[in-house]
Amino acid sequence: MIINGVSIDDTFAEAFPMKATRIIITAHNPKWAMISAQAMTGFATSVIACGCEAGIERILTPNETPDGRDGVSVLIFAMGGKGLAKQLETRAGQCVLTSPTSALFAGIEGEKQIPLGKNLRYFGDGFQTSKLIAGKRYWRIPVMDGEFLTEATTAQVGAIGGGNFLVLAESQAQALTACEAAIEVMRTITGVIMPFPGGVVRSGSKVGSKYKALMASTNDAFCPTLKGITNTQLSPEIESVMEIVIDGLTKTAIDEAMRVGIQAVCDLGADTGIQRISAGNYGGKLGPHHFHLREIMQ
Amino acid sequence: MSALTFTLKKIPQQRVDMSPLVCQLLKDKTVAEIAAITLHSGKAKLRVDTLFDITGSDTENIVIANSMNKLDYIGKGLQAGNLTVEGNAGHYVAMQMQAEANITVTGNVEMFAACEMQAGLLTIQGDAGDFLGGALIGNKKGMRGGTVLIKGNVGARAGDHMRRGIILVEGNAGDYCGSRMTAGTIAIMGTTGKYIGYAMRRGTILLWKKPKLMATFNDCGSHTLAFLALLFNSFANLDSKFSDSDNSFNSIQRYAGDLAEIGRGEILVKL
Repeated sequence: MIINGVSIDDTFAEAFPMKATRIIITAHNPKWAMISAQAMTGFATSVIACGCEAGIERILTPNETPDGRDGVSVLIFAMGGKGLAKQLETRAGQCVLTSPTSALFAGIEGEKQIPLGKNLRYFGDGFQTSKLIAGKRYWRIPVMDGEFLTEATTAQVGAIGGGNFLVLAESQAQALTACEAAIEVMRTITGVIMPFPGGVVRSGSKVGSKYKALMASTNDAFCPTLKGITNTQLSPEIESVMEIVIDGLTKTAIDEAMRVGIQAVCDLGADTGIQRISAGNYGGKLGPHHFHLREIMQ
Repeated sequence: MSALTFTLKKIPQQRVDMSPLVCQLLKDKTVAEIAAITLHSGKAKLRVDTLFDITGSDTENIVIANSMNKLDYIGKGLQAGNLTVEGNAGHYVAMQMQAEANITVTGNVEMFAACEMQAGLLTIQGDAGDFLGGALIGNKKGMRGGTVLIKGNVGARAGDHMRRGIILVEGNAGDYCGSRMTAGTIAIMGTTGKYIGYAMRRGTILLWKKPKLMATFNDCGSHTLAFLALLFNSFANLDSKFSDSDNSFNSIQRYAGDLAEIGRGEILVKL
């Protein structure tokens, strides 16, 4: 398959099951809602060492938030429910509770509930107050700028992590430009995040390593400087590869994010140095969810 | 299928215990079986059809027509369905009501309405007597869930021993409003009597008009509280002044008390 001169590999991205939640952070104005969300989603690029993968899903208008203020919705993904709950609580406590004027709400419905402000309330040292409003429990925790309002729990849902595609270009600058174009449109899709810095990862990994202590190591088949000494997947003209990783609440959301992202890259055309689109395919070792590039782009 | 309607024939000599006439106890009964149910009235036991004309058959929608204030325990323990009282009602309306049931009274009610209520919606178009949402005498747990909407005024000790739920009063409240509250929310649009929040431990009393406070409530200053927006939003579906956005606010003066108790309660007064 070739789109606008860009070759789409006959391959697939492998992804794996995760647990996820959505939360809504509101604040006095959009600036402070974003600051709080950025703090909460910091150091959350990969479950390999961060404990979770998190990102800003989208900016919310006052009409879309529970308290009628400006807000941001955040998605957090982890490999299991316990890990998710731990990361959520830690990050909410250290990054949202501490952020001026913030309030914190559940952003997703589901049967399985995990603590959001349920345990943060103890920061109130006995002065915290509970309110049960329209069937939902909230905690009002007195803080120095007024009150921190948080919903007691949020829902944990099944999700998918590790959807991805690779952009293979003739230069580093061209690969970066293409990825930036892809990320811009992918951020319009609801239910997905691209957790790496700016949505792009330059150090894609393979499963395993020659070093026993490491569970992942550099994806040497796509490293341009190793073309001559490894089982390379790169043709001679390709000098840079960048990857976009997608975590999503549903397979449909990831499909759509990959489709619009790949299309945005292809729209730039082969004339801009974009040669191929490929995907992280690890022979079935990584996960049960397969995203076939050519099926997605049909 | 029309609502099962009990129309009071004449004023009973003694007060009548209406607790058998709730949806879950009448379900699957024929009109003849319902007519044969006995109701306590003083020391007498009276068949339902000696007190009421019975029409309709929908036991999920019950109407008590031509009602008056000698009919006690209307909707006691109601678990589901709708119960409408056309006229006044006696004591203990909606006592221990459960689940998402609805009771509407078009007139006034006597004491202990919503006593120990657990869930559902009680709407009273007129006034309510003392101990609205309170506990039975000797008990320590009053209303523990649901919503009570009073369009008129309420008597003394509204929300006595209240633990959870919301009491909304469009009119005025009597003395000792929110006395011995453990938690929950009481909102009063009108004036309030003496000793508001007496011995309250926790909970919120939300006022549109400044009350006369006891010395055991301390001024904590003026604030803008985020939870009030959520609270007012939750009233949106009520047929009430409380659903009118012109009546909502989030800037308040906060008074904490009762400091003769643990002092974790609050009286919030609109600024």
